[in-house]
Amino acid sequence: MLQLKILFRNAFHNKLRSGLTILGITVAVLAFGLLRTVIGAWYSGVEAASASRLVTRNAISIIFPLPIAYAEKIRQIEGVKLVSWGNWFGGIYIDEKNFFPNFCVEPRTYMAVYPEFVLSPPEKKAFLADRKGFVAGRKLAARYHWKIGDTVTLRGTIFPGNWDFVLRGVYRGRDETIDETQFLFHWDYLNETMKRVSPRRADQVGFYMIAVSRPDLAPDVALSVDRTFKNSLAETLTETEKAFNQGFIAMSGAIVTAIQMVSFVVILIIMAVVANTMAMTTRERIGDYAIMKTLGFGGGSIAVMIFGESLVIALTGCFAGMILTFPAARAFSQTLSTYFPIFIVSAQTLWLDLLAALLIAFFAAIIPARRAIRVGIAEGLRRLG
Amino acid sequence: MAEPKRSIVEIRNLSKAYHRESLAVPVLHDITFDIAEGEFLALMGPSGSGKTTLLNLLAGIDKADSGTILVGGVDITALSETELAHWRANNVGFIFQFYNLIPVLRAVENVELPLHLTALSRRERREHAEMALRMVSLEHRMDHYPKEMSGGEQQRVAIARAIVTDPTILVADEPTGDLDRVSAEEILTMMERLNAEMGKTIVMVTHDPRAAKRAKVVRLLDKGYLNDAPAQNPL
Ligand SMILES: Nc1ncnc2c1ncn2[C@@H]1O[C@H](COP(=O)(O)OP(=O)(O)O)[C@@H](O)[C@H]1O
Ligand SMILES: [Mg+2]
Repeated sequence: MLQLKILFRNAFHNKLRSGLTILGITVAVLAFGLLRTVIGAWYSGVEAASASRLVTRNAISIIFPLPIAYAEKIRQIEGVKLVSWGNWFGGIYIDEKNFFPNFCVEPRTYMAVYPEFVLSPPEKKAFLADRKGFVAGRKLAARYHWKIGDTVTLRGTIFPGNWDFVLRGVYRGRDETIDETQFLFHWDYLNETMKRVSPRRADQVGFYMIAVSRPDLAPDVALSVDRTFKNSLAETLTETEKAFNQGFIAMSGAIVTAIQMVSFVVILIIMAVVANTMAMTTRERIGDYAIMKTLGFGGGSIAVMIFGESLVIALTGCFAGMILTFPAARAFSQTLSTYFPIFIVSAQTLWLDLLAALLIAFFAAIIPARRAIRVGIAEGLRRLG
Repeated sequence: MAEPKRSIVEIRNLSKAYHRESLAVPVLHDITFDIAEGEFLALMGPSGSGKTTLLNLLAGIDKADSGTILVGGVDITALSETELAHWRANNVGFIFQFYNLIPVLRAVENVELPLHLTALSRRERREHAEMALRMVSLEHRMDHYPKEMSGGEQQRVAIARAIVTDPTILVADEPTGDLDRVSAEEILTMMERLNAEMGKTIVMVTHDPRAAKRAKVVRLLDKGYLNDAPAQNPL
């Protein structure tokens, strides 16, 4: 097709200008993609959380504990399938900068409530059998080169002292949205130690995790749990895990909103840059378009060439940016895996890249195309020479 | 005296003014004249006298304020934009001072350009374009881009593009205005031959007497008025 031939050659006629514009789009799409991925990483904890799991914590604040005796009462509530519990341990590995989430949990029930943490049967057996054992996510174990049988010492913060653990298993996420940087050990180990050194702090848990038998029962079960402990010494607050995690994230919500806005501002800026390029090329070619109109080509042909040229430039930049997003995201996740355990470029981000490129192409071409179509032939020809 | 020839162009009471802000600047005043079939007419006049405007009107790329223009019996002032575009594609071949080739297209592709609006197949288009280039002796420049050719060669490509659709009338606006003497003579000879050998009706705007000398009839335009005498070329 003739228009196709002309628009492709036009797009790369002024190599420096097209090259710089395409480079700009590439960088913008790359920045957009990375920012979207950061936002995605932020929310992935929420996404992974199951709506059919409940988290029960102290109603006053997450930092106050609940008695272990609640476990039995919760188990008896209708709709509850499994109850597990745990404490945020907050231990430090050698140095503060080695940050990773570490919890103690009731291991048997925890494995059942969180089937997305996949552990091989022998490792699972070894973990359950060793009261001082722990399991680590695949990425965490790889980061510190821990091998099965290694002893790892955490320095307690909330629970003072040096705590030795033996690596008994390395879990994998069921899919790539599962955090593989967690450190999990036996609640019994913590509790028995506390019984010895600080009896007042024994028999307490930070949170209960409840699996309900059907997701639609979750709201009723949450109400029942909280009603059961109403007017007791430690009242509870029970939410779906998703809501619980969102509460965590809400604190940083303003930052996420800011990142989101910046990602769209990047697109707006590049839109203006491409619009400027298109305005320049179209102005230079007003004479060419006038000739084509003289020869009998209609406004539609002219529009096809201008929108097409804009599209070629935008898509070339977009694809380059998309391709570069992957290595960039990999580098990003390697340096920032502490903060973003899950850092993957989602299909949605790529679709958004593409959508952004189409919008850039369209809005950049709209005014130049209108002008080129409207200008009279005699007027256009006079601009030549 | 030869038998009277049929008029291919009949212009009646044609007027046009350009509007600058609220001011109307008249450019053509009540022009009436005919162009005979097979004519080679030179339209002369000083710069700014309205030659280009008149040529644009009779070629259907500009609109008059009043008056009628019949070309081959069709009143082109009554046609819509779209009809006019279609009419131009079928009836007019254009040659401009600055050749006006599409810079990203090779010579043969430039010549093919108007054929894209016809029903010709890809192969037929190429054959027609190559034939037209042979007629202007440029078969050896087929695959060259405009910037790889001299001014005279580019103008020959433009002539090939103008004749490839076999139009009713050829219009040329200062076709030698940007060329050196030798190239200008070449182009004029080519136009003379198109007129003499192929019977093409040609309207050429020029202010160069040497160019006008080659035409059969010369008409003078001055400040938008056409001299009455449709004089046989006195030069
Ligand atoms: N688009 C326009 N707007 C206003 N004035 C114009 C325009 N085009 C041409 N003119 C004026 O009309 C007059 C005739 O122009 P033109 O037909 O180009 O003359 P010529 O070809 O004989 O030099 C000139 O005075 C020119 O300035
Ligand atoms: Mg002129």
